[in-house]
Amino acid sequence: MATKSLKAREKELANTNKQLEILSGPLFESGELPFFRDRLESSGFEALRPGTLEILQINLGYMCNQVCEHCHVDAGPDRKEIMTRETMRQCLEVIRTTGAHTLDLTGGAPEMNPDFRWFVEQASEAGIQDFIVRSNLTIIRANKKYHDLPEFFAKHGVHVVSSLPHYTRGKTDKQRGDGVFDKSIKALQELNRVGYGTEGSPLKLDLVYNPSGAFLPGDQNALEQDFKNALKEDFGIAFHNLFTITNLPIARFLDYLIASENYEDYMTALVDAYNPEAVKNVMCTNTISVSWDGWLYDCDFNQMLGLKVANKVQHIADFQENILNNREIVISQHCYGCTAGAGSSCQGVVT
Amino acid sequence: MASDYYNPADLRKFGKITEWSKELGEAFFDYYGKVFEEGALSAREKSLIALAVSHVVKCPYCIDAYTKDGLERGITKEEMMEAVHAGAAIESGATLVHGVQMMNKYNKLSM
Repeated sequence: MATKSLKAREKELANTNKQLEILSGPLFESGELPFFRDRLESSGFEALRPGTLEILQINLGYMCNQVCEHCHVDAGPDRKEIMTRETMRQCLEVIRTTGAHTLDLTGGAPEMNPDFRWFVEQASEAGIQDFIVRSNLTIIRANKKYHDLPEFFAKHGVHVVSSLPHYTRGKTDKQRGDGVFDKSIKALQELNRVGYGTEGSPLKLDLVYNPSGAFLPGDQNALEQDFKNALKEDFGIAFHNLFTITNLPIARFLDYLIASENYEDYMTALVDAYNPEAVKNVMCTNTISVSWDGWLYDCDFNQMLGLKVANKVQHIADFQENILNNREIVISQHCYGCTAGAGSSCQGVVT
Repeated sequence: MASDYYNPADLRKFGKITEWSKELGEAFFDYYGKVFEEGALSAREKSLIALAVSHVVKCPYCIDAYTKDGLERGITKEEMMEAVHAGAAIESGATLVHGVQMMNKYNKLSM
């Protein structure tokens, strides 16, 4: 298992242009599989355009304590790109005025940003309905200074969304690294202890499942039930909802697909599972993604591919919702990941 | 002609059998789809049965398909291997139970 990002290893796929080139490469160029734009058209969709902005997703930086094999961010301890307090101030301006009902902080491990707590304190006073922090769980156990994060989250009414690839140790550690499972279990128990995830509790704790390999997620409800039963029985852990997220062929997951010779089969599986019903609710139609340096993207995936919004407004400092909403969403073949099967978004299935 | 009897890429083309016999092909895939829906047995249980049978009928396409299906459903490798053993036990039992026929015949023919 790698301990450094693709960027630190100076791998070819650290280059976003190279990734985009592969995503529009021979498999699609030859006509074997249809380009996403053509597939949209043949199922009766014009270009994708946003509806009302509901979710503001802010990436506080690519630094992370883990180096997960499937990470589309190519995050890791060696990534130094993190949001400054100045950019956070610009974000807060938008948070205070936007009509979006959800604020979603992600990373990397957002908690590693030295201004994370300051930002959460400020943002929690802005009257946002649903304030999400995407926590990888192990960060809570990584260092003493993070041990009180459950209490901190609870104090500010943060909705915690955490990744756990499987309810067994073997599968979790294979994707995320040795020891990750035990630390994650301990962190979940700590979150439960302060009231997160228990039945009827207003402190929301949801889990994210993404497949640990070159296959699509199964039925979200069935997996949620399996996770609930196993975590309760084995560790006494409770949580609210499980979101299944399809791995998109970007960064380290793309690198894995190619190295394991699964790329063609995986792309074929995504294209075969194309579901027009999922297109109607893809997250790029209600989300704006903000990068650590304040640029705006249609989604976190486009952010990692360096595909900024196709609009006059491209930076949080110039944010104007009405102007920004009048745009066409930037697409490529990775978009098949969000329209496969029951669909996929940062909130799980979309159908 | 292809140089191999089995080509992994052919699995993706399974649906094409309908092109040469629309009615029968569609009837088969409708039936197939219904069989694996949630019923008195869960879809998860049926996936494990399908994996065991795939081994017994020694279909490489089916083994690929139901290993992947199991992964998608969060089925563990231990569960998968136990299912394969269940299939293998029935298959070897089916061979061995004929040993009784051999014994019967032996006894009948012997003085």
